Amino acid sequence: MALKPEEVRWVAHLARLECSPEEIELFTMQLSQIVEYVNQLQEVQTEGVEPLSHCLPLHNVFREDEASPSLSVDEALANAPARKGDFYSVPAVLD
Amino acid sequence: MELIEHSSRELLAWLERGEVKAEELTSAYLQAIRQREAKVRAFVHLDEASALEQARRVDDKRRRGQPLGKLAGLPVAIKDVLCTKGVPTTCCSKILRNFIPPYDAHVISRLKEEDAVLIGKTNMDEFAMGSSTENSAFQITRNPWDLERTPGGSSGGSAAAVAACEVPLSIGSDTGGSIRQPASLCGIVGLKPTYGRVSRFGLVAFASSLDQVGPFGHDTYDVALLMEVIAGHDRRDSTSAPEPVPPYRQTLDQPVLPLRIGVAREYFGEGLDAEVEQAVREALQVYRRLGATIQEVSLPHSRYAIATYYIVATAEASSNLARYDGVHYGYRAQRFDNMIHMYSRTRGEGFGAEVKRRIMLGTYVLSRGYYEAYYLKALKVRRLIKEDFDKAFAECDVVAGPTSPTPAFRIGEKVADPLAMYLSDIYTISCNLAGIAGISIPCGFTRNGLPIGLQLLAPPFAEEKLLRIARMYERETDWHLRRPVVPA
Repeated sequence: MALKPEEVRWVAHLARLECSPEEIELFTMQLSQIVEYVNQLQEVQTEGVEPLSHCLPLHNVFREDEASPSLSVDEALANAPARKGDFYSVPAVLD
Repeated sequence: MELIEHSSRELLAWLERGEVKAEELTSAYLQAIRQREAKVRAFVHLDEASALEQARRVDDKRRRGQPLGKLAGLPVAIKDVLCTKGVPTTCCSKILRNFIPPYDAHVISRLKEEDAVLIGKTNMDEFAMGSSTENSAFQITRNPWDLERTPGGSSGGSAAAVAACEVPLSIGSDTGGSIRQPASLCGIVGLKPTYGRVSRFGLVAFASSLDQVGPFGHDTYDVALLMEVIAGHDRRDSTSAPEPVPPYRQTLDQPVLPLRIGVAREYFGEGLDAEVEQAVREALQVYRRLGATIQEVSLPHSRYAIATYYIVATAEASSNLARYDGVHYGYRAQRFDNMIHMYSRTRGEGFGAEVKRRIMLGTYVLSRGYYEAYYLKALKVRRLIKEDFDKAFAECDVVAGPTSPTPAFRIGEKVADPLAMYLSDIYTISCNLAGIAGISIPCGFTRNGLPIGLQLLAPPFAEEKLLRIARMYERETDWHLRRPVVPA
C-alpha cells in the first residue's frame, strides 16, 4: 500500500512541518517504502496480547509535594526567540 | 603505549600516586584533540580553558588532601544530547543551534560531583536519529580506523573521540543501538544500561520509553567506573529505578561460573558479514574454553524488531519533538503569516531530513484510522519481543551475537536509502524494546583493519554480571588494547 502525495501533505500539516513540493515527493516515496516494510507486523498473531508501552514494572510514583527553588524568570526566558517583559512573545493568535 | 592511550585503570592509579597531574593529563588530551580533530571531527563544542581550570581544581583539592571523587582528573566527553548548564546543547540540530540550558542533566551533575573534567560536547545524528552520525546539521565525524568510513551512530562523536584517544571516557545515549553500534564500529566498549538504570533528567528526549544514557571507554573497567557514577535513582526522573547500584569495579575480575551463553539463530542470518560472523564465533570458542556452556536459544520475534521499533520510536518522537515550535527556545523562522505558520515554517526550516521523516512517520502511525493498525499492533509485538527474552534468560545468563551485521560502512553509502540505514541496527534494536541491558566489546578486526564488536545482552539490572562476563573474554584477548594511527 503506497502513500499518496495528498496523504503526506496532510500528515505534514498535522505535524506542523512546512515541506517543499520536492520534499513531499521524496517523503511520499520514502515513507511508502518504510510503511510497506513495517506492514510485515500484520502477519504476527497478536490476539489476546496486551500492548507493552513501557518495560519497567513501575506504577504511580509519588513524592512529597514540597516547594523547592526553581528557575528565575530571566533564566527561563533566556533562550526565548522573542520576549516581552516577563513573557514569551508570539504573533497574534486572534485577529 | 602513550599516556593518552591508556585505560582509566592506569590513569587513575597514576593520578592518585601523583605521577601525573590532572592538568598534565588534560593538556595531553587537548594536544591530541588539536592534532587529530581536523581529521576526526568528533567534537562540536570544546572549551580548553574551562577543561584546564577544572583539572587544576582537582590538583588543588588533591594537594590540600581534600576528598576526591571517583573520576578525579579524568577527562570525559559528552554527547550533545545532554543538557549542560551554561554550555551549548544543540542535539546537532539547527533548531537548537543557540540553545544554552539553564540546568545540568542528572548525569552531568553526577560527573561533576565525582570530579570529572568535562572537556566538550560531541557530534551526533540530529536528535540521535541515525546510525552513522551523518545526520548532524553541523559536520561529518570520521572513523579513526578508516577516515573514509563512518564511526556509526547516533553517538558517533563520543565513540570516535575515545577511539582516537582524544579523551579516555565519554557518554552517549542509546535508543536503538546508538551506543553499542558505534562502539562496535570504533573498536571500543559501549554499554546500554537497563531502561531506568540511569536517570534521563536533562537528556533531550527522542523516544522516552527506549532512551537510555550510557558509557564508552577502551575497556570494561572504564565503563564499570562510569556506571558507578551515572547509575542510580533520581527523583526528577520518575522512570529511574530505585535498585541499589553495585560497586561494579570491585567484582569485575570475578569470573561468572557456571556460565550459560545463549546463541540465537536469528542473530546469524542473512546480511551478516562473513568476517564479522567468524570473529563472533571465535569469541564464543574463547568462552567455551573458559568453561561456559554455549546453547541455542530462540528469539522468534526478533525479525519484527526493526518494524516495531520504527513505529514505537517515531510515534514517541513525533510527540516529544512537538515542543520545538519557536516559542520557548531554539530557532524561530523570520517570516510567517500567522501563529500556525510560524510553527510549521520554524519546524520546516529547523529540522533536517531524517528528523522530518521520523516525525511524519510517527504522526502517520498515530493518526486516526492508523493508530490501531500500526501503533497498537507494534506495542503488542513489542510484548512478544520482550517475552522472547524472558524465556531465553530463563535458560541462559547472557545472549551473545554480533553487535552490527557489518564493520564500519563508507561515508555516504546509506544516506540516500533510509531503510538500508535502519537495517544496520538489526541486532541492537530489540534490547531497547525489551528494556534489557547490552554491551558491545571488541572481538577482532577485518582483513582491512576495521574493528568488530561482540554484543552481550543481559536481563534487567544484571549489569554487574554482564560486565564480569565481558571481562572474562577481555582478559583472554588484546583487541581492546589496539589503538588506531590517526594521520596528523
